[in-house]
Amino acid sequence: MTTTDQMADLLETLCPMFVLIDATGRIRRVGPTLQKLRPDQPMVGDDFLQLFELVRPRMVSTMPALMATAGGRLQLRFRDEPRTGLKGLIAPLPDDAGAVVNLSFGISILDAVRDYALTSADFSGTDLAIELLYLVEAKSAAMEASRSLNLRLQGAMLAAEEQAYTDTLTGLKNRRAMDHILGHLIRSKSKFALMHLDLDFFKSVNDQLGHAAGDYVLQQAARIMLEETRHDDTVARIGGDEFVFVFKDLVDPKTLCGIAERIIARLQEPMTFEGKTCEVSASIGTALSTQFDNKDWAEVLNAADQALYEAKKNGRACHVFYGNLTATPAKSDVQPLA
Amino acid sequence: MHGLINRAIQSFVCTTYGRPCWARATETAGLGFVEFEPMLIYDAELSVRLLDALCTDLKRSRADFLEDLGTYLVSHPNTEDLRRLLRFGGVSYVDFLHSLDDLPDRVRLAVSDLELPMLELREETPTEYKLLCFPGLPGFSSVMTGVLRAMGDDYGALVMLADGGHKGEAEVIAITLVESAFAEGRQFDLGGKTS
Repeated sequence: MTTTDQMADLLETLCPMFVLIDATGRIRRVGPTLQKLRPDQPMVGDDFLQLFELVRPRMVSTMPALMATAGGRLQLRFRDEPRTGLKGLIAPLPDDAGAVVNLSFGISILDAVRDYALTSADFSGTDLAIELLYLVEAKSAAMEASRSLNLRLQGAMLAAEEQAYTDTLTGLKNRRAMDHILGHLIRSKSKFALMHLDLDFFKSVNDQLGHAAGDYVLQQAARIMLEETRHDDTVARIGGDEFVFVFKDLVDPKTLCGIAERIIARLQEPMTFEGKTCEVSASIGTALSTQFDNKDWAEVLNAADQALYEAKKNGRACHVFYGNLTATPAKSDVQPLA
Repeated sequence: MHGLINRAIQSFVCTTYGRPCWARATETAGLGFVEFEPMLIYDAELSVRLLDALCTDLKRSRADFLEDLGTYLVSHPNTEDLRRLLRFGGVSYVDFLHSLDDLPDRVRLAVSDLELPMLELREETPTEYKLLCFPGLPGFSSVMTGVLRAMGDDYGALVMLADGGHKGEAEVIAITLVESAFAEGRQFDLGGKTS
């Protein structure tokens, strides 16, 4: 037994992916794990550079060039499929007797254990490969748990936001939502119309028939308002019996009058709560964002407010436009905006 | 207490005894919620109240309940990830036993704020071992008894476990390895985790 063979025996235990090559680059011995990667193709006797391609440093295709890389990091891969990537280090033997190349998987370890069905026994006892595999699985599981927590938190956040913007009695938007939407419309320089609606005679329903009846009326009124507006319009309940409509991109007075009159007409239809008849009506004031310089929605809302006040003053159940501040009684002909 | 531990209890109870049982226990314990988040930390007091409620409801001793929890963690398909992580401990049951000394460190590598009590394996003879479970997590030795039993099945080893009393402040599990290759164990491929 020569000393080189004794050394190779040692290497089988210490570095199960070593290659011992002679001065011409022919493979003399190979570690058991490396041989396991090509079970039907004995590596001993092959030319090292025929079996492996050097990825870095490039342009190494001869034995002398390979020997010149001694001590530096090598990146290699198999020339045939699967072209598993390997890391390597070459150490020349004394007296130009060839070299030992030690290989390892590096980052390709995850694919390698799958492709070659490697087991713990294929790695040296000091190799961190098993710990690395453990860590990858453990971290993936932990990451998955964190990811699903994030998804749930996001869902909860959306639900909380939705709740924060909703009037719980009627399911309409609330004042906070209205502020938010109007702020957005102003920032995006959109045109819009604001209607401020106040239920007439609501207080007497509450006083005479009780709060349950009042709540019922508010819910029915909300349903009517949603039915009479488009999906993209905003209907908000901003006070006890006060509502605000935001019509984005709708500033045509004729259309708005039509909507206001339909809403008033439907709200005037008697509602029945536990056998008792509840009768209300509504006054509406409308203002357009185009009537102002569009810097502050509070101005538009204030104008709609004034128009509403005018409508109430003019005997209720009517609709008034800011700007012509004369009442348009419901069910009468529409007065075009001056 | 770490959410992962609470979540383990939740998963075990829901799978084994059903969601109504779990909901009752969270109610009795006054949790105010029914779902533990695995990646959040909870007051340890909550878990104690919850375990009390569960053991009362199920009429089981704390030790029996926790041992079953340990078995569930290793053997149920729901927690296959955990079984795989434990199998990284070694190729044989004895290797696995020896890897337990590193378990708290391994756990911390994966989830840095999950602290498990120190474990120490003592080999008395090649077939007799003692596992010392140090304090830090009440009932941990019961859970570990269930884990050791189920991992025995996983490796195909025939193992007998007994309460080994106390050694200093540690609780001791006495392990007797009757046969290391008693049955065909479950398969474990290093790269076997698909998807």
